Amino acid sequence: MAGNHEPLMRVVKRGESPFKLKLLVRLIAVLMALIVDALFIYFVTGLNPLVVYTTMFKGTFSTPMRFSWAMRDLASLLLIGIALAPAFKMRFWNIGAEGQVLMGALATAAVMVYYGGKVPNAVLYAAMLVAAVFAGALWGFIPGWFKARLGTNETLFTLMMNYVAIQLVACCVNIWRGQASGLGKLNMKSKAGWFPQLFGQRYNINLIVAALLVILMYCYLRYSKQGYEIAVVGESENTARYAGINVGKVIIRTMILSGALCGLTGFLIVGGRDQTISTTTAGGNGFTAIIVAWLAKFNTFYMALISFLLIFLEKGAGEIASAYNLNDFASDIIAGIILFFILGSEFFINYKPIFRTGRHETLSKEAA
Amino acid sequence: MKKFIALVLACVLCLFACSALAADLKVGVILVGDETEGYTLAHMNGIKAAAANLGLADSQIVWKYKTPEDQTCYDAALDCIGQGCNLIISNSYGHQTYMVLAAEEYPDVTFVAMTGDFAALTGLDNFKNAFTKVFEARYVSGVVAGMKLAELLETGALSPEKQPNSFDADGNVKIGYVGAFDYAEVVSGYTAFFLGLRSIVPNVAMEVNYTNSWFDIDKEAAAAEALIAKGCVIIGQHADSTGAPAATQKLLDAGNVCYSVGYNVDMLPTAPTAALTSPTNEWSVFYTELFTKMQNGEEIAADWAEGFDADAVAITELGSSCAAGTAEKVAEVIAAIKDGSLKVFDASTFTVDGATLTSAPVDMTIMDWATMTVAYEGETYEAIVDGAFEESTFRSAPYFALRIDGITEIK
Repeated sequence: MAGNHEPLMRVVKRGESPFKLKLLVRLIAVLMALIVDALFIYFVTGLNPLVVYTTMFKGTFSTPMRFSWAMRDLASLLLIGIALAPAFKMRFWNIGAEGQVLMGALATAAVMVYYGGKVPNAVLYAAMLVAAVFAGALWGFIPGWFKARLGTNETLFTLMMNYVAIQLVACCVNIWRGQASGLGKLNMKSKAGWFPQLFGQRYNINLIVAALLVILMYCYLRYSKQGYEIAVVGESENTARYAGINVGKVIIRTMILSGALCGLTGFLIVGGRDQTISTTTAGGNGFTAIIVAWLAKFNTFYMALISFLLIFLEKGAGEIASAYNLNDFASDIIAGIILFFILGSEFFINYKPIFRTGRHETLSKEAA
Repeated sequence: MKKFIALVLACVLCLFACSALAADLKVGVILVGDETEGYTLAHMNGIKAAAANLGLADSQIVWKYKTPEDQTCYDAALDCIGQGCNLIISNSYGHQTYMVLAAEEYPDVTFVAMTGDFAALTGLDNFKNAFTKVFEARYVSGVVAGMKLAELLETGALSPEKQPNSFDADGNVKIGYVGAFDYAEVVSGYTAFFLGLRSIVPNVAMEVNYTNSWFDIDKEAAAAEALIAKGCVIIGQHADSTGAPAATQKLLDAGNVCYSVGYNVDMLPTAPTAALTSPTNEWSVFYTELFTKMQNGEEIAADWAEGFDADAVAITELGSSCAAGTAEKVAEVIAAIKDGSLKVFDASTFTVDGATLTSAPVDMTIMDWATMTVAYEGETYEAIVDGAFEESTFRSAPYFALRIDGITEIK
């Protein structure tokens, strides 16, 4: 009955948008975000928005050291994003990166604790790497196998696996800290298992690995047969089956790959960045990386850009909080508004809003 | 002549450089919390007071709030150095292992890890620890609680008939303590509190309930509630929130006989009739001394620990519920601690496993527990000197970790 009234606004899915339109929508989004942010900054905190934006910029760019740290944190986020890309492209909702990274980190830390100083360094690094990749792969394989064989819900399964990993880490940390109040750095004295310094920083190795994987994963998804299988399974499992693809095998294989790369990230974080482990080693990046992978539509080069944007916002928010003595809720809102508009712009790239006009049009068939 | 002029010029330049260095004190402050958390607030107030004493400008202090005890602390230290800081202070114990890394890399910058315990063992002359002798203030807060307990027993407000579960099988009055972790710092503190209390009321038994967190309002409230449900009449605390005093106030209002001794900050706004007092640190004493020495280019000791003697510790305003005569007794006890006639850990006032202590070797070695190896080799000292356990003299961080008779820990 109400079907005869045309709604004020309805949305229609666009076809593939031209590049210019995409760029325009995104630019408008950033501009609007800056305007809304300016209003928030001016009316809530009473500061000059332009000065605050400059400060935000300083969070990443004021000193070479800060830029270097931003790159280090970008590497962690991007690596997890790359690890998630094949799983998400297959429409396998792997919410378990956090746990897969933690398991890799835990395996690395365990090797450092129990074999540090007892075997030659080269052997130690190799053992750390193998253990981490295996642990991460295992944490990816389990939900993958259950999905492929028993059709379990992978979202819940991978999510739950995170909690198991967190508790395992908490338990080990509690054992290793002994009578001290915290674990501190592992092998503090011998520095066994700490990555060697490259261009002055241990974590530069992480950056190099991340850069390599950007290219490798791009090629894997784009040009390899396995990458094609992933794409087909992601579009439609039935089509894949019809084309003779063993869907179960692809799911398990892809989840092992995804988990293994998460485990590798755990290895790089512990050896190159932290030299210790805690339940916050992954630091929520396992979830943030989903945004990275999804926004970039699994194009690893875009993923690097989006990771940079997220890290830039995070560092900027921290700097705003510190410079103006704001509590971090206020600065998180400032960064959050920008992120909100950028995420929102994706909607307008994929859909077109149509507003009610005076003319009488035939409406959709189904009114209810 | 040219040489002479060159020499004079060089000397003048040096003088300028030195005076410039002294005036250019810039402090980086790495804090585990922010002003919403009592322990950190006390440090912030101490640093601000010291800065005001010495006329430091706001721009001479860089604040890093909510810094966890991980790599973030190291980054924060380096970021402060990047902003020109030549003195870096961290306020939580766990920051220490990250501060030492930065200290190794930047020998020209002075690092002070507050409450840390291995600065003297590292051999670095730019890495320091400091702590107050807060156990002295805890002893005095125990005396305040003891006075209250004595009054309750005398007036009959507390008796086996009225509140039977407040007395154990041996007729001891039950008291409770909410502790953060089972480290020496906490053990030393609750033992001092207990001994202070027992110096007034001899027949008491204390239970310690651990929360395994330095700041958790809900856990601390739950721990206090559990202790009061068991019959504990006094609730002491070594944790940083207002959870325990608030819970004690609630149960006092509900008709229980129970009172609270807080920590760090005055708990009267939270618990107007349940709070008796709180032992606190006067951090401004240390920070003023530190900033002055930095400005004058004087040597800073690897360990700094002061108590009532230097007014580095205190108890907050006595609550209205405190027993009559408490203020006089407190003044008397503080005077006795100052002149040395009263020792907090007097070995004749407690026993361990039923025996009086005649010897207590304490090992300063810092272990890497994960690999069971020695991280920093330290000496072993005999802590019993002239019949008392010497706390915070061999290093600033507490090391009294003996479990004395009369106290039970619940884990």
